[in-house]
Amino acid sequence: MKYQVNEKGYYGEFGGAWIPEMMYTNIDELKRRYLEIIESDDFRNEFNQLLKDYVGRPSPLYFARRLSEHYGSKIYLKREDLNHTGSHKLNNTIGQILLAQKLGKTRIIAETGAGQHGVATATVCALKGIKCVVYMGALDVSRQAPNVKKMKMLGAEVIPVYSGNKTLKDATNEAMRDWIANPVDTHYIIGSVVGPHPYPDMVARFQSVISAEMKKQLLEQTGSELPTRVLACVGGGSNAAGAFYHFLDEEKVELIGVEAAGKGIHTTETAATLTVGSPGVLHSSKTMLMQNDDGQITEPYSISAGLDYPGIGPLHAHLHKTGRAKFLAATDEEVLQSVLLLTQKEGIIPALESAHALAALEKIEMKPDDVNVVNLSGSGNKDMETYLNYFGY
Amino acid sequence: MKNRINQLFEKKKKNIFSVYFTAGFPNLNDTVKIIQQLEKNGVDLIEIGIPFSDPTADGPTIQKSSEIALKNGMSLNLLFEQLKEIRQSVSIPLVLMGYFNPVYQFGVNNFCKRCNEIGIDGTILPDLPLDEFEAEYKSTFEENNLHNILLITPQTSEERIRQIDEASTGFIYMVSSSGTTGAGKKVEDFQKDYFERIKNMNLKNPSVIGFGISDNATFANACKYANGAIIGSAFVSSLKSEFKLEDSISEFVKKILSSD
Repeated sequence: MKYQVNEKGYYGEFGGAWIPEMMYTNIDELKRRYLEIIESDDFRNEFNQLLKDYVGRPSPLYFARRLSEHYGSKIYLKREDLNHTGSHKLNNTIGQILLAQKLGKTRIIAETGAGQHGVATATVCALKGIKCVVYMGALDVSRQAPNVKKMKMLGAEVIPVYSGNKTLKDATNEAMRDWIANPVDTHYIIGSVVGPHPYPDMVARFQSVISAEMKKQLLEQTGSELPTRVLACVGGGSNAAGAFYHFLDEEKVELIGVEAAGKGIHTTETAATLTVGSPGVLHSSKTMLMQNDDGQITEPYSISAGLDYPGIGPLHAHLHKTGRAKFLAATDEEVLQSVLLLTQKEGIIPALESAHALAALEKIEMKPDDVNVVNLSGSGNKDMETYLNYFGY
Repeated sequence: MKNRINQLFEKKKKNIFSVYFTAGFPNLNDTVKIIQQLEKNGVDLIEIGIPFSDPTADGPTIQKSSEIALKNGMSLNLLFEQLKEIRQSVSIPLVLMGYFNPVYQFGVNNFCKRCNEIGIDGTILPDLPLDEFEAEYKSTFEENNLHNILLITPQTSEERIRQIDEASTGFIYMVSSSGTTGAGKKVEDFQKDYFERIKNMNLKNPSVIGFGISDNATFANACKYANGAIIGSAFVSSLKSEFKLEDSISEFVKKILSSD
């Protein structure tokens, strides 16, 4: 249990709950009650039922034959893109909406970058008949128009945020302000393993179904539940947390997180937090951040709206610091080439975010008998416009 | 010397008028002039805002002033430089208010030392929670004669209010309502019960009410329940760069303190 959160909400030196007093009552309630609720039979039964019948789990573990031939090593894809709403995000929102109901909350707020978490939140709110407000940076509203329309059709109110770079960080600021203003009736469904304790642990637990299934599926398909390595993209890091979770204490399994290098880690247009960042406090968590010498947060950049975030979950900061996981970065250009490769080798169009994990296959050494599991966190449907423009079809 | 915050609350028990402004707004070098003018016009205590890129506990007015201040080039280093000789001309208590990350990057030790050298009397760091403060930083603050002011809100439980009262040394900042900073809401409509509840708790520390205080009526009402009140957003909004600072500050303070 070396990599689990401690009772104060820390992973090593990272994490905690750096909240203003205005959020204390809500966070304290969550902290006291989340484990008791999510470990109750009542909760587990409904959660597992919904994951199976509504999300469509287990998601397949697919042996990618032609991609494996291409790289000369065995590549398996964990098909989170086949979940309802097209990504891993629904695992978390299902968990949190059930939790919110147990806490007696009647209004849900969320932040979203690419819109995948916003859609996943609007979806569970429709499922449960609960009012939903999604904050989204104004730039993301314009670059992810189909998801904005989906959220509205699902009955959510989408509020564009015009501060800062008008992206995920700014949407998160605004969601926090909403929660401060509405502390009694509202639950904030954070979409990643970021924010104050207990969110990073809670979201990681909801996403851990990914690695729990991987173990079973690997045992069936390869005869061992342990792969050589697991690869996942990292923005805040929720799909990576889920894909790593049940392998954290299996030290011989190599864990590789892939950040968005944007236009390159030596440019100012990057979102590779662990590569260019330093420790600090943002969004109520002590973690690695992109910031200047004065402690002002700098604006990240990535072609992928879902990875366009200047922080990272404290679990990943800890895995990086201890060396338990290795973190690489892939540029926009490398990512787009990986999108095309998977599309034409396997007939699967991945999300821009997920293609960062695929791009890492170009950067690591793999032996022929290695078992490499790539967490294919989302579908490329939302990115078709970017792909069509770039590739010129 | 005795901390100026304690001196103030010893000699004045009622109607303490505290004003917040964002350092570096409207112009980069207005800091000293704003402080001097506020004191000259009868303000009792000043909160100097350290601008931050992501002010999650502030409403639109202070978000905007922070953004402009940062664009103007304000930083914690520069702010300390501007305040270096402030005690030659100003004697009322000065409090630095801001988010924790700039302080953390500056180094909490260095920050407290600089505050002490300059003559800063306290800090309000909303996202530095009580438990982290007590575990890591309390002794550093004490060594530097610096009060860390803690907040309570309408949701804060009685048990926690007692805990905060126990840990407080300067005064308690009573957040008047749920919601981020911003002027406008009528205090008496929402907060009477809450204010009375706190008043009846007979806390050992004096208290000052902030958030939503915008004019002489809301100020006077808040002063009925606490030792004073803080005005932030409404003051920041009144600072228009097209007017002379001296004129807008004196007009603003007069309006708040007028009894009509």
